Amino acid sequence: MALTDALKAEFDNLCTKYPHRRAGLIPALHRCQEELGGWISPEIITDCAEYFKLEPVEVYSVASFYPMFFLSPIGQHVVSVCRNISCDLRGACEITSAATEHTGAACGESSKDGRFYLEEVECQGACTNAPMMVVDGKYYEDLEPADVARILGEIQ
Amino acid sequence: MTHETYLLDRSKLADSHTLEVARADGAYGALQKVFESSMSPESVVGEVKKSGLRGRGGAGFPTGLKWSFMPNHETDSRTRYMAVNADESEPGTCKDRILMREDPHCLIEGCLIAAFAMRLDAVYIYVRGEYRLPYDRMQAALDEARAAGIVGDNILGSGYSCEIHMHKGAGAYICGEETGLMESLEGKRGHPRPKPPFPAGFGLWGQPTTVNNVESIFNVPFILARGADWFRTMGTETSPGNFLCGISGHVERPGVYEVPLGISARTILEDLAGGIWKGRSLKAWFPGGSSTGVLPADMLDTSMDHDSVKAAGSMFGTGAMIILDETASVVRSALVLARFYEHESCGQCSQCREGTEWQEQIINRLLSGQGKSGDVELLVDLSKGMFPGKTICALSDAAAIPVLAAIKYFREEFEACISSPEEILA
Repeated sequence: MALTDALKAEFDNLCTKYPHRRAGLIPALHRCQEELGGWISPEIITDCAEYFKLEPVEVYSVASFYPMFFLSPIGQHVVSVCRNISCDLRGACEITSAATEHTGAACGESSKDGRFYLEEVECQGACTNAPMMVVDGKYYEDLEPADVARILGEIQ
Repeated sequence: MTHETYLLDRSKLADSHTLEVARADGAYGALQKVFESSMSPESVVGEVKKSGLRGRGGAGFPTGLKWSFMPNHETDSRTRYMAVNADESEPGTCKDRILMREDPHCLIEGCLIAAFAMRLDAVYIYVRGEYRLPYDRMQAALDEARAAGIVGDNILGSGYSCEIHMHKGAGAYICGEETGLMESLEGKRGHPRPKPPFPAGFGLWGQPTTVNNVESIFNVPFILARGADWFRTMGTETSPGNFLCGISGHVERPGVYEVPLGISARTILEDLAGGIWKGRSLKAWFPGGSSTGVLPADMLDTSMDHDSVKAAGSMFGTGAMIILDETASVVRSALVLARFYEHESCGQCSQCREGTEWQEQIINRLLSGQGKSGDVELLVDLSKGMFPGKTICALSDAAAIPVLAAIKYFREEFEACISSPEEILA
């Protein structure tokens, strides 16, 4: 999907926050990913390059640096299970197993029906409520393995 | 155990994130006081210096001193910035999230006082991309404050103007390093810059910039409202004030607790966090996030302040205690962290890029029963070669230190992976 006029108008406003337009690139990539299919496609890279007056490779180099940006199509709902130390100590592995079992997807893969993308992520800053996972940007904390099927089952 | 608190008091009120509740509780009173008492910017810096406030982001650098590094505005007419580091990503650390989510107006007030003190033109609050709710709360609070004449032009009728902007990161631990943060804020890969030049001389877009942690700035309104002398009644001589201790891992009541600096780690663990979970005993603990060297159980009486934890051979860091019970594998925790640092290394410096990968490979080998004789010594040699001062930033140090500390205190666990791998695999 291509960059829409509505997003361009939003970026015009966004870039007024900064003395240099390029500073708006990362927030803009977030908005593209949210609005244009859940990943940063080559078309988005090209369009953002044009909008920000950069070379496509510069936009790609930025997008590929940050773990929150996906450079290939993924399942509809993103399930991110924290694997860092505080969560690991309180059973993150069982949370990941439960998520794999429910979605049928291995870590770093999407489910066959395309509904879920499952990943293990580094610390999400919810260590005192470990273990935790993030589903479509929302934090689910103090999890028991049994919570996972219930939470994912309620996702429409 | 009772002690004076201030950091989390407002957050206990219903709807504490709204301007109405925050103002009724005294928010922006310190800012008003600064304006009404005709304090000079220099005297605000002086008060923060006098308070002895040390940065809460990990390094513990004196905040007022950092502010005083900004160039003289009379001889340097460049645009002046502050970046608030809300890229909270140090494993174990989750305090800034609570401050932004529950009391965003206090952070805004701190930013405005800092902006006045350093004669800033604009402030950027760089929030890690995953923190959606804290970001939205901050943005809503900023919008409310702007509509009320507290942010923007002619703040509270003082004639002083300053803009505050929210900025969203996209998930990279290295962007919590101050120069990596600035690169990222400029819309680039978060590659740390060599220092010098330091941010005060060459920061955001080459302009004078100060980078401060959320909790550091959060302390500022209280210092200005109640005075540096009041602030110094809490904590220790060299580390005054309270701090937010996030305690996680194998404890009964994990949480973020407000405690005075200098409190014993044992008090935090046993009195506040309810001790080790499941009636077990303590094996090891990280005093201040995953980058600080792990300490054994018999050092639990260490005082939680910068000098005391340093004297114990580790670092205070972010004050985030991570607790391992007697059943935990120190080698496994070392692997979890090695994997993390390998993932987060930005790749600029070979000691870090290669070192973190080799660390992960060796520890992985040990844990999968494939360890070779001499692997532990190899891990020590490798880690020693990763720091200090061998790389652009301290991520390499942060990866090396916990591994060396783990081997120092728990070498037999690493050696056992080689001598009796069947037990490890079982």
